Amino acid sequence: MTTRVITGNEAAAIAAKLARVQVIAAYPITPQSPVVETLSAWVESGELPAEFVTVESEHSALTVCITASTVGARVFTATSANGLAYMNEQVWWAAGARLPIVMCIANRAMAAPWNVLNDQQDSMSERDAGWVQLYCRDNQEILDTTVQAYRIAERLNVPVMVCYDGFLLSHTVMPVDVPSAEQIDAFLPPRTDPLQLVDANDPRNIGPVTLADPRTDADGVARPGYMEFRALHHGALLEALEVIPEVDAEYASAVGRACGGLTWEYQLGDADVGLVAAGSLTTQLTLAVESLRAEGVRVGVLGIRAYRPFPAAELRSRLAGKRLAVVFDKALSYGYEGPIAADLKAALHSAEKPPVVFGCICGLGGRDVSPKDLAGAARRAIADADAGVRERKPDWINVRPEGGAR
Amino acid sequence: MTRITELPTTEYVLPGNRACAGCGIGIALRAITKALDGKMVMTVPASCLTVLGGMYPTSSVNVPWINVAFPSTAAAAAGAAAGLRAMGKADDMTVLAMAGDGGTGDIGIQALSGAAERNDDFIYLCYDNEAYMNTGTQRSGLTPHGARTTTTWAGKRENPKDLPRIMEAHNIPYVASTSAAYPTDVYDKVLKARDIRGLRYIHMNTPCPSGWSFDPKDTVRLGKLAVDCGIVVLYEVEGGVFHLTGRSAALAKAGKPLTPVAEYVATQGRFKSMTAESIAEVQSWVDERWTGYLERERTGK
Amino acid sequence: MSSDIRHEISQSRPSIGEAGATGDWRNEFPFVVAETCVAVKQGKITCQICWAHCPDACIAQGMPPTIDLTYCKGCGICAEVCPHHAIGMRPEAEHGVCAIEEGDAR
Repeated sequence: MTTRVITGNEAAAIAAKLARVQVIAAYPITPQSPVVETLSAWVESGELPAEFVTVESEHSALTVCITASTVGARVFTATSANGLAYMNEQVWWAAGARLPIVMCIANRAMAAPWNVLNDQQDSMSERDAGWVQLYCRDNQEILDTTVQAYRIAERLNVPVMVCYDGFLLSHTVMPVDVPSAEQIDAFLPPRTDPLQLVDANDPRNIGPVTLADPRTDADGVARPGYMEFRALHHGALLEALEVIPEVDAEYASAVGRACGGLTWEYQLGDADVGLVAAGSLTTQLTLAVESLRAEGVRVGVLGIRAYRPFPAAELRSRLAGKRLAVVFDKALSYGYEGPIAADLKAALHSAEKPPVVFGCICGLGGRDVSPKDLAGAARRAIADADAGVRERKPDWINVRPEGGAR
Repeated sequence: MTRITELPTTEYVLPGNRACAGCGIGIALRAITKALDGKMVMTVPASCLTVLGGMYPTSSVNVPWINVAFPSTAAAAAGAAAGLRAMGKADDMTVLAMAGDGGTGDIGIQALSGAAERNDDFIYLCYDNEAYMNTGTQRSGLTPHGARTTTTWAGKRENPKDLPRIMEAHNIPYVASTSAAYPTDVYDKVLKARDIRGLRYIHMNTPCPSGWSFDPKDTVRLGKLAVDCGIVVLYEVEGGVFHLTGRSAALAKAGKPLTPVAEYVATQGRFKSMTAESIAEVQSWVDERWTGYLERERTGK
Repeated sequence: MSSDIRHEISQSRPSIGEAGATGDWRNEFPFVVAETCVAVKQGKITCQICWAHCPDACIAQGMPPTIDLTYCKGCGICAEVCPHHAIGMRPEAEHGVCAIEEGDAR
């Protein structure tokens, strides 16, 4: 273990190398590009013995990962924003095909208009595609989570997106403990037993047209229909609710450091207000908590690490007894509200005396949001709750009055 | 040139599959899989070939086959090749990307061009049945002038794009044009491509009874007639050297006029709204191309 | 490959007859006139053009080649490509059955 001062993108590249990925598909897009640039240099120098495929598009980047993974290789790629959107067809394909692909997303705003800076609209918009989605709060988590992602993916046969905020983490340096190759080799053995069988002596037709209902095979055995496969896939995502914390614990015993499993909290225990977010925003929220606590307001942070599967039960339990949850989303379902806010409300529906949930929209397209802004939004939410408000429109933080929804 | 009785008797395409009666793909796929001796993995987009391959849980083809998204055939083959190389299994099997004309020349051309520029190690075989047949005969960029499709009811106005020439411009080691009506020609070209490294592109004219509107018994006859008319030209470009092959080479050598295009047009319902003028237009397009091919045959370039 | 049902995926095993007994599709069935077949005449595996051009692998090489009428879709390519006119086509309705033996057809 050595400590290095590195960017989030470097942390992702180091993690891919430590995972001994065998095939890398590379296509540039800001702010992800340095990940594949770094890997390219290591492949060229021989430091990383992997196939490096310089594809002509993001669609092909994920395609290369899909078929390389199908024939049994451990694969890696990374993208952002429009690149992820361009992959969309293959995002669904990778998940439906049950391939243990790991892809880093340096979160960036979606065009139009063009904007290369951070929000989380890109990956949040892929939440329903059947991938595990993990969000990182700092560069250390990027490294640790990317390595863990392979264990999760290969145990469950589902792909994993490791999401981290563009520029805020991707291009910002901070100290990161880099585990040794031996430590990671002990934690993450080579990939074995792919579900897909590609063998000329025992051929399979992989991913053919599959009807809704079960059909019998040549031996008269009933095989699943499309809907059974979807149910099995959903089951694997639900199983991830157990596997993600397990893998985090295994990582902790191998490397000596844990990420917190599905969610993560800061001064939440005695708080009566929870501030909820995913990604680097959770780090900023800890500073907001400091200033609010100094005013005597009992608040804490509830950080979402796993957004899919959505850790509904754990969130219910962590927010039990709180009077208010304020959710900070860096994405929006247009015409409704922030995705985390909406999901949290649904998760709390069955809670006994659930907290009021108020959503905030912040940081879109890289709009700066400071701990002071976050504390201010929390104060407004608390005031609304104190005034008996149960339901309100999202609070658009720092949006100029003429453009704001508030 | 391999004789029919010299073709391997092992069958990898299984009877009772879902392809239409008289489908040219079946004839060709038998020859292709024989040439590769079944030691292959296919990448196949949504297409007529998917239908032939069959529905879960039964496959009609006795070789490894990976279904892939429509635009992704070539990138999928590149990924399979990279994966096999990384696993030390590259020598175990040939990667064969196989898609139709729409999947290759329209939606798949970006991935194919990228793979060709990188000279990725696989065979790409385009079975050109000259329209989107699996979705109900919509025009593609390779549909011939005058053909009625469900998106060109009055007949397509444009000539097809010359996909093998586009592939040649990528300076890949092997480009060939063949026809499903000549299974031994298909076999020989795939056999040759098998032993070349890098991207090998084979363009295969594939008559389609339902889409072209002709009796299924005529699949082979019309495929051969297209060659006799010079509409389809059989050739190879190997290491940059051009030469005509098979029936096209024989026609060039004989030096006789080609069969008139009008004879070919008269055999298919898809051309029935063509006027004498548009047939003449196609004839002059064919003549000009044939002159060009003869010149290439003479110079080898 | 995992035997765990929870991780089962859609991948098919090869088998003949994926689309059923496709002989049902026929309007006409092919029949071989053995005495006209050049392979029979020469007493060796020669020609076999019908075999090479069958889209459905329904013809087995032989003297004469034999046609699997359980799966033959009746396209008629074999009859069309036979240079010796040793294969003919007859309407299926004449017999009212599909899976007829070729010997019975004559």
